[in-house]
Amino acid sequence: MHNFDFVKPASVAEAVKALSADGAQALSGGQTLMPTMKQRLAAPTMLVSLTGIAEMKGVKVDGRTLTIGAATTHATVAKEAAAYPALANLAGGIGDPAVRNRGTIGGSLANNDPSACYPSAVLASGATVVTSKREIAADDYFQGMFSTALEEGEFITAVRFPIPDRAAYAKFDQPASRFALAGAFVARFAGGVRVAITGASEGGVFRWAEAEAALSSNYSADAIKGLSLDPSGMIGDLHGTQAYRANLARVMVQRAVAAS
Amino acid sequence: MTKVAMTVNGKAVSGEVEGRTLLSAFLREGQGLTGTHVGCDTSQCGACVVHVDGKAVKSCTVFAADVAGSSVKTIEGMANADGSLGVIQQAFQDHHGLQCGFCTPGMVMSSAALLAENPKPSEQEIREYLEGNICRCTGYHNIVKAVLAASGQDANAIAAE
Amino acid sequence: MPKDHGIGASTKRREDVRFLTGKGVYTDDMRVYGQTYAVFVRSQVAHGRIKSINTGNAAAMPGVLAVFTGEDFKDVGGNPAGWLIKSRNGEAMREPKRPVLAHSKVRHVGDAYAAVIAETYAQAKDAAQQLADDTEIEELPAIVDMAAALGNTSNRVHDEIPDNQCYDWGWIEDNRAAVDAAIKAAPHVTTLELVNNRLVPNAMEPRASIGEYFPGTGDYKLTTTSQNPHLTRLLVAAFVLGIPENKLTVVAPDVGGGFGSKIYHYGEEALVLAAAKKLCRPVRWTAERSESFLSDAHGRDHVTKIELASDLEGNFIAFRTETMANVGAYLSNFATVTPTFLHGTLMAGPYKVPHVYVNVKTVFTNTAPVDAYRGAGRPEATYSLERVVDKMCRELNLDPFEVRRKNFITTDMFPYTTPVALAYDTGNYHATLDKVMEMADVAGFEKRRAESAKRGKLRGMGLSTWIEACGIAPSHLVGILGARVGLYDAATVRVNATGNISVMVGAHSHGQGHETVFPQIVASKLGVPESSVEIVHGDTSKIPFGMGSYGSRSLAVCGVAMDKALDKIVAKGKKIAAHMLEASEDDITFEDGRFSVAGTDKAKTFGEIAFSAYVPHNYPLETLEPGLEETAFYDPANFTYPAGAYICEAEVDAETGKVDILAFYCADDFGNIMNPMIVEGQVHGGVGQGIGQALVENTYYDSNGQLLTGSYMDYAMPRATDVPFYTVDYSCQTPCTHNPLGVKGCGEAGAIGSPPAVVNAVIDALQRGGHTHVTHIDMPVSPSRVWSAING
Ligand SMILES: Cc1cc2nc3c(=O)[nH]c(=O)nc-3n(C[C@H](O)[C@H](O)[C@H](O)COP(=O)(O)OP(=O)(O)OC[C@H]3O[C@@H](n4cnc5c(N)ncnc54)[C@H](O)[C@@H]3O)c2cc1C
Ligand code: FES
Ligand code: FES
Repeated sequence: MHNFDFVKPASVAEAVKALSADGAQALSGGQTLMPTMKQRLAAPTMLVSLTGIAEMKGVKVDGRTLTIGAATTHATVAKEAAAYPALANLAGGIGDPAVRNRGTIGGSLANNDPSACYPSAVLASGATVVTSKREIAADDYFQGMFSTALEEGEFITAVRFPIPDRAAYAKFDQPASRFALAGAFVARFAGGVRVAITGASEGGVFRWAEAEAALSSNYSADAIKGLSLDPSGMIGDLHGTQAYRANLARVMVQRAVAAS
Repeated sequence: MTKVAMTVNGKAVSGEVEGRTLLSAFLREGQGLTGTHVGCDTSQCGACVVHVDGKAVKSCTVFAADVAGSSVKTIEGMANADGSLGVIQQAFQDHHGLQCGFCTPGMVMSSAALLAENPKPSEQEIREYLEGNICRCTGYHNIVKAVLAASGQDANAIAAE
Repeated sequence: MPKDHGIGASTKRREDVRFLTGKGVYTDDMRVYGQTYAVFVRSQVAHGRIKSINTGNAAAMPGVLAVFTGEDFKDVGGNPAGWLIKSRNGEAMREPKRPVLAHSKVRHVGDAYAAVIAETYAQAKDAAQQLADDTEIEELPAIVDMAAALGNTSNRVHDEIPDNQCYDWGWIEDNRAAVDAAIKAAPHVTTLELVNNRLVPNAMEPRASIGEYFPGTGDYKLTTTSQNPHLTRLLVAAFVLGIPENKLTVVAPDVGGGFGSKIYHYGEEALVLAAAKKLCRPVRWTAERSESFLSDAHGRDHVTKIELASDLEGNFIAFRTETMANVGAYLSNFATVTPTFLHGTLMAGPYKVPHVYVNVKTVFTNTAPVDAYRGAGRPEATYSLERVVDKMCRELNLDPFEVRRKNFITTDMFPYTTPVALAYDTGNYHATLDKVMEMADVAGFEKRRAESAKRGKLRGMGLSTWIEACGIAPSHLVGILGARVGLYDAATVRVNATGNISVMVGAHSHGQGHETVFPQIVASKLGVPESSVEIVHGDTSKIPFGMGSYGSRSLAVCGVAMDKALDKIVAKGKKIAAHMLEASEDDITFEDGRFSVAGTDKAKTFGEIAFSAYVPHNYPLETLEPGLEETAFYDPANFTYPAGAYICEAEVDAETGKVDILAFYCADDFGNIMNPMIVEGQVHGGVGQGIGQALVENTYYDSNGQLLTGSYMDYAMPRATDVPFYTVDYSCQTPCTHNPLGVKGCGEAGAIGSPPAVVNAVIDALQRGGHTHVTHIDMPVSPSRVWSAING
């Protein structure tokens, strides 16, 4: 790993300043960035740790809205997001306990790994990504694998979730990494159902419109039995063919519906 | 180089580190605490698990500078005050929960974190909690038994079911 | 009552205390004054010609002390193959030189062609990156697929080997015509083509080595992660660097698992020694896990076609196999014997089949070297056999339990020589089969299956019966078969003046618990407390020349050497007692730690004898030497033949293809048991690895020879959630007839017997679930493969 300067600001304002420097990069839990740096795939000259910023941590409930500070660990969300059980459950299934004690929602969303769990929750919930500069709707935030609407120097400070009436996340583990080989987050609101799929697509997390329509009119696992995703856009690799991924995504949606 | 100070196994320690110095390296190279092992470079094997402020973390995936001021506990701090094996360590020995011993420090630290959160875990809860700790020797059978036993449950009866 | 002491007791492991408190000392835990760091520069391409390496920039970087390339080692020896195999046509195998660092050509991704030594690890790493940037390699087409490699004369892994073939081996060639004829005439032939997947051993401790040189004496010291320090010393000293054996000490301290991968000598070990000499400073290297994936010897990687000829009642007539075995880019030390004598000789299994013929073509490819991995050859044989037997049962609609039963060698047939030339000394295959069926409640399966079906799951049961030849090996036999070393082992028992005992053994413990088990045997034999016995292993300056630990040989070979040394101690003790008690040596008896004159109450304790041996004030020195120390070398008369029967019960989720192992039952015959707790642990570990092979593990190279499974992100290791509690039994014991301990070995059993049980269970589940078109799925039976098979 190349060397770098390490700073740990105590406020968002300080972090904004630090991250405006050339070669500076945000460090949250480090659970993705550090392995990447070990492989020398990232070589920032300054790391700005966000974990010392109190205002970026914690889970707050306000009516039917749940707000999570970007530097909140997966473990904390699993424990404290009881108002949104599907989300707490998702957080409790990310990686392993040690990863959950360090990894954060902000880091996960900034990274937007195509197999990550959180993006599906954010997209299916229609959450709002709050950054150091602005607020971004989930539908605008995810822009394909490892790519987001975040701009240079901009960082996530919090995520605001509207709490659905019913929701669940179903994940099928990739046997080696235990990330999602396919994962489905289903959220039912008064206005309709949103379905987001992670792990499966070459384009990263996406909404499955057909399933949303079917479930909005008949919220049952059977409603999507006959639906299928086009395998051609799916990831095909040594862990699963495209056809398998397409199938798995549907099965996960059905299981999420059944569990919600 | 910057100086970081923290508490390790109850003792105040400090050392010069670079930004990139990992907590695992700080412990192994800086403090001579080589019980914390490094088994991978992708944060998956768990041989390096220690506790930071009471929580299990992978010390290969934490910068030493990021946990300055914290209280760290390693395998070297798990024995009783008189030097005898702690309850979890003893259960690992009693139930042959280790063979080559390389994964063992991480296994013990993860198990300790589990039992702190959940004093009577089920077999399934133990297996899930240890998902980030890879053991190549034991097939996990005796590790799970050891954790059951350390929590005061009848490990032999549960394993025989 | 379970025993609490000595042979047969589940003595708790004394080594655990240091491992559980963080006080184990593995190679990377050592700090040596003045140490420097080596980092290797490894090929990024699978196959290429090195055009130029410009070392100037790297050498000038901060902290860099030396840079080595293949050029520096082109005149020293190579790392040899341990066995010379002959092809069917009588020609010797092709053996390319395996240099310390690749020279002129790189032959697999990860092939090290240069090394940098620097003051710090980070400096060495930076300079290695620079050196890689300053190297020009002309990429050549990669040879990855075995079938394409064979006979490809235009593209060669080694320029001097025309068709990428190492050898084409037949076992037994003289059987061939009879086997062909028997198959032709048989009422039924079942054919199965299968892949024994390539595995990365993944001992949790990555390889590491520290080289030291002492200019004052000209001595070298290598501290390294080895399963057999003497073998490493022999290879490094005599074959590679050409230094006198007695000037090199090899120490293998605490070693974090091996599973075969740490048997072999690797170039990194020679490099740190050569560099230490050049710099007169210690040089250390520890693999990063990604380096382990690229450069540790991998395991298995066979493609096999097996035919089973039988009558319609399922009586076996003949087995015939054709296998391509991948050895990778170079011959690792056991690479040539693993697919041949450790595989072909086991192809009769526990069965009284009259005709067997095995053909193995071994192929060079642009992939990491492949060598013995836990089980080594025997899992390949067992997998092929037990899968094809299972398929035959389905084709002929026969009961798999009954078919095994009617084909087993029966107890009255021992000693039994198989058509593939092994002489099984003893066994009782019916007993282990009966036992495992009782354990698994085979009769109750249908009810459990119905219950699974209610939950929408397909349940299946898979059987595998296995045998292995272990305790390698009789030197006279392996010599005839081409081994370049003997395979005896050795132990020295040193009784100290105060009566406590040091035992120096050639075996090496890297998880097996020798420090606990060997003293149990000493305690039983000498009537002393286990705690008074210390085992010394892993240091060539302290132990007799032994061959180390692999192939389930520690107890069956080294343990027996120790037993023989103990016999000599007792004999010497009798002599001393006769002198002290003024009796005839013939009248001295030894029991429970006391030497007595038969028929009298005159006696001396073991401690008194020991003390006297070192305080020989009035010894008749012409007939009685002082001291109480004995060494024995033991070369076994035959292999040992552990065997057993395994049942796996698994559930398949047809929607996702996921397989859950619900239960796993093992009934093994390991002969006599020294420490039941440790035996169980060995079986658990082996079964865990076997389930890993069957369900999740695989090593993928793409067509360019890039390793796609180069980290735990893509190489799936079995985790605690992937396996159940195992049920293990070893009560069916037919003690080995040719060693005095009656032991057979248990280290590899689990890894040998389990993969076919798992795959058979999955196929059974699918068949019973109505997916009758699925007759085979290659390992790993991953969710995607199972789903694709169902829907394909
Ligand atoms: C063994 C293992 C298993 C895992 N399993 C899963 C899994 O099953 N599912 C899953 O979803 N994930 C999994 N992960 C990934 C894990 O969830 C990470 O925690 C997460 O992806 C990144 O969060 P982090 O806080 O660690 O971010 P970091 O690693 O610190 O940062 C990641 C990236 O985001 C940037 N960044 C960090 N915080 C911010 C911010 N607030 N604003 C803008 N940019 C920021 C960084 O600069 C960096 O580029 C696993 C990781 C490991 C090591
Ligand atoms: S060394 Fe930290 S997870 Fe492997
Ligand atoms: S005991 Fe060897 S890896 Fe777990």
